[in-house]
Amino acid sequence: MSTKKKTFEDSLMRLKEISDLLEENEVGLDESIKLYEEGVKLAKECYKTLSEAQLKIKELKADLENDI
Amino acid sequence: MIWKFRKKKIMDLFKKEENIFSVTQITNSVKRLLENSFGNVKVVGEISNFKPHFSGHWYFTLKDASAQISCTMWKSANARVRFTPEDGMKIVVSGNLSVYPPRGTYQIDVHSMQADGVGELQAAFERLKARLADEGLFNQELKKSIPTLPKKIGIVTAIDSAAFKDMVSVAQRRYPLVELFVASSRVQGEGAAENIAKNIKLLDSRGDLDVIIIGRGGGSLEDLWAFNEEIVARTIFEAKTPIISGVGHEIDFTIADFVADLRAPTPTASMELATPNKDDILNYLENYFEESTSIINSIISSFKDKISDLIISYGFKSHNHILNNNIQNLDNYLFRIENGLNNKIQKKMNELEIKSNIINSFNIDNILKRGFSLVKQDNAVISRGENFDFDKKTKIKFYDKEIEIK
Repeated sequence: MSTKKKTFEDSLMRLKEISDLLEENEVGLDESIKLYEEGVKLAKECYKTLSEAQLKIKELKADLENDI
Repeated sequence: MIWKFRKKKIMDLFKKEENIFSVTQITNSVKRLLENSFGNVKVVGEISNFKPHFSGHWYFTLKDASAQISCTMWKSANARVRFTPEDGMKIVVSGNLSVYPPRGTYQIDVHSMQADGVGELQAAFERLKARLADEGLFNQELKKSIPTLPKKIGIVTAIDSAAFKDMVSVAQRRYPLVELFVASSRVQGEGAAENIAKNIKLLDSRGDLDVIIIGRGGGSLEDLWAFNEEIVARTIFEAKTPIISGVGHEIDFTIADFVADLRAPTPTASMELATPNKDDILNYLENYFEESTSIINSIISSFKDKISDLIISYGFKSHNHILNNNIQNLDNYLFRIENGLNNKIQKKMNELEIKSNIINSFNIDNILKRGFSLVKQDNAVISRGENFDFDKKTKIKFYDKEIEIK
């Protein structure tokens, strides 16, 4: 569980939130500019993360001793 | 035969007890006789009065048009049965003929049972489907939604299968950010259903998976049967993690498909349903730069518009009015102060002049008092004889009065 580092999914959700906020046009100018900067930064990070991602596969074994 | 072998002992018994058996003796003799002469038998018939006991053993009757036999099937044996027997189902059992002494009945101890043909399997499928549907296991409103951005996907399938390879390559292509957790499972044959159920539970119990896929490539009805078994259906139903089923081909429908939160036509499709498409997200991100930049620009220009609207608004103009009014007021005050000051100065000057006249007149009076007189022509004082004009009116001012002469 990574609580302090934002996951890709969190970032993407935040990005959608930011575009909604900007589109609603209800936040002030200072806030809009902050959001814009945050969004561009997040979008760049997400783009990088996704384009460089490598699939991870783990195999799990059930405890088969309980089989009767 | 054994009968011969035991003959002597039994004949002894006849002698001793005058051919009288106890119930137990005769029952046990029949039991021995039956068990030893038939051995393993295969019997075809229709199930009736099926009773799964809470101990796990099964009790039922096998019958046809004119006869019936009691059957028991122990828990250890029935665990391997790949369908849920129901009354009316035609089956072939394999087992030993035996006698149950407390009741004096004969029965088959069933070791294994099979549906009598694919038609029966299909019928068993329909019956189980109807029963589970009645119980609400397929209820649409109970289905969990599949998260759009999964971090971790569990897979229950055979790890060496083509189906698994397909799922991995779909995940790699569509959404390589996801982590796959595979619980390799037997997916056909004896014990497959239990194994699938166990692996679903294993993955579900982690609690950190966003979705679990249960999958298997195509095959015959028998091959896919494990996914039609009640234990798998109930495990899927009880799982807290959303489950996608991807079993067989497009045309194959299993019980697992009906219980699962989402049915995919194939294993490949199941991974496609479980993952977002990387290219879509990358496109979204690319568009994001453009769109958010144009949005922020329009926000900025709308603020600019607001500012210019404000500047020409009455509010700002009235500010000018106020300013001008104040300037005017100020001017007015200054004007009044200035005026007031001038008036005061003027007044003082006048007073001063009056006083100085008085002072001057006092000086002349003193001189006149002493006997001098003042000669004036044209109201001006003539102080020199050469300036005197004999033709003009002359005023002579004495101390006490002024006279006029010609």
